[in-house]
Amino acid sequence: MSEEDHKVEYTTVSIPKILAEKIKERMKGTGFSSVSSYVIYVLRQVLSSIEEDEKSKQAFTKDEEDKVKQRLRDLGYID
Amino acid sequence: MIQPHGGTLINKDLPEIEKQKILGEIDEYEKIKVGAETRKVIKNIAYGVFSPLEGFMNENDTLNVLEHMYLESNIAWPFPIALDVSNDELKNINIDDRVIITSPLDKPIALLKVEDIYNYDKKEFAQKIFGTTDAKHPGVAKLFNQKEKLVGGEIFLINEVHSTFPELDLKPIETRVLFKTRGWNKVVAFQTRNPPHLGHEYVQKAGLTFVDGLFINPVIGKKKSGDFLDEVIINSYKELIKNYYPKNRVVLSTFETEMRYAGPKEAIFHAIARQNYGCDHIIIGRDHAGVGDYYGPYDAHKIFENFPDLGIEPLFFRSFSYCTKCNSIVNDKICPHSPDLHKFFSGSKIREILLSGKEPKSDVMRPEIAKVILSYNDPFCK
Repeated sequence: MSEEDHKVEYTTVSIPKILAEKIKERMKGTGFSSVSSYVIYVLRQVLSSIEEDEKSKQAFTKDEEDKVKQRLRDLGYID
Repeated sequence: MIQPHGGTLINKDLPEIEKQKILGEIDEYEKIKVGAETRKVIKNIAYGVFSPLEGFMNENDTLNVLEHMYLESNIAWPFPIALDVSNDELKNINIDDRVIITSPLDKPIALLKVEDIYNYDKKEFAQKIFGTTDAKHPGVAKLFNQKEKLVGGEIFLINEVHSTFPELDLKPIETRVLFKTRGWNKVVAFQTRNPPHLGHEYVQKAGLTFVDGLFINPVIGKKKSGDFLDEVIINSYKELIKNYYPKNRVVLSTFETEMRYAGPKEAIFHAIARQNYGCDHIIIGRDHAGVGDYYGPYDAHKIFENFPDLGIEPLFFRSFSYCTKCNSIVNDKICPHSPDLHKFFSGSKIREILLSGKEPKSDVMRPEIAKVILSYNDPFCK
């Protein structure tokens, strides 16, 4: 475990046994020491990808959104 | 919300400080004067309507698009968007130069980084874009009148381009914020260059039934003789929305671009632009963007089979008629009755009736729309 991991608290999440077995198989030769560390890695990857995807889908920042809303109000498109 | 075409909403509108710097040094640049339709292209590139384009196409992109309808970056694009320039205008302009694009009255519009200057064969372009070299085709006629060379390169907007209807001129970032603010996750676009008859209203409302919002997006720009004036189209739609649409479910905004009459290829172009505005569906009707009989009535439907990678989904509609037996608007897929029982929404017949100063019957066109059209002495383009 890294220095950073020592500082965080953990909770338990249950996964089906059959999935845990599949993960054990998948872990072989990867350097992961436990199913938990592998699952943490995968979840971080998935969440980061979803967040990145959401950011790119917006196509505008919050500041831009506020400026645009004012123009849309001026034009009567929104109240 | 759907991602822009190519993944990024392009913004080539320079920050104010950079605009001022360029405008302060304006006399140091060579200039190229362009007409209203090219200024609209620049505006559409700058605000991301034409994403992923960041400027006028270089020769490689142009050739790729002509042959395969894909840019070099492997993103779908239906026809070249390049700047035509005369040899005379190019006398003092070379690759890698930065030039200012201006209006005919010398108003600076954009900075162009000249990346490519190339020759082109107008007949080859006409055949590959329009499927014909017949100069009676309005798109071909315009192409044949273009200047001798094409220029490619990135553009940067330095001055606002005039809007015909500023109150309806929304940029893609604005439509996207608007759709989000209204809580619309799914939006269907309707492309038009005509005032609405009941068939148009029917397909719009049919499309809207399955999504959260309807984006009515008339093309404003150069059209062929005999098409309706832009002002007539806009005022007709304002009247239709006022009287027959739930206001929280519809947005009317203009798409400032010329009609090219490239039929199926233009349907792809219209779909891409509407995806950039934030729409995930587009209504594609019979003979979309067609003219005369250069294209088959459903060519603009078939072409989408070649572009499974487009984000926006087409909703295909066939031609509509009013069935006097069903007593409703139908198409050949949903009505079993003989065509003898059908009243067809023929644009030319509607025009004929309007030209005689009469209102078309109310089962063809809403009386409010007919009144708007008849309030103009001449509602058609010359």
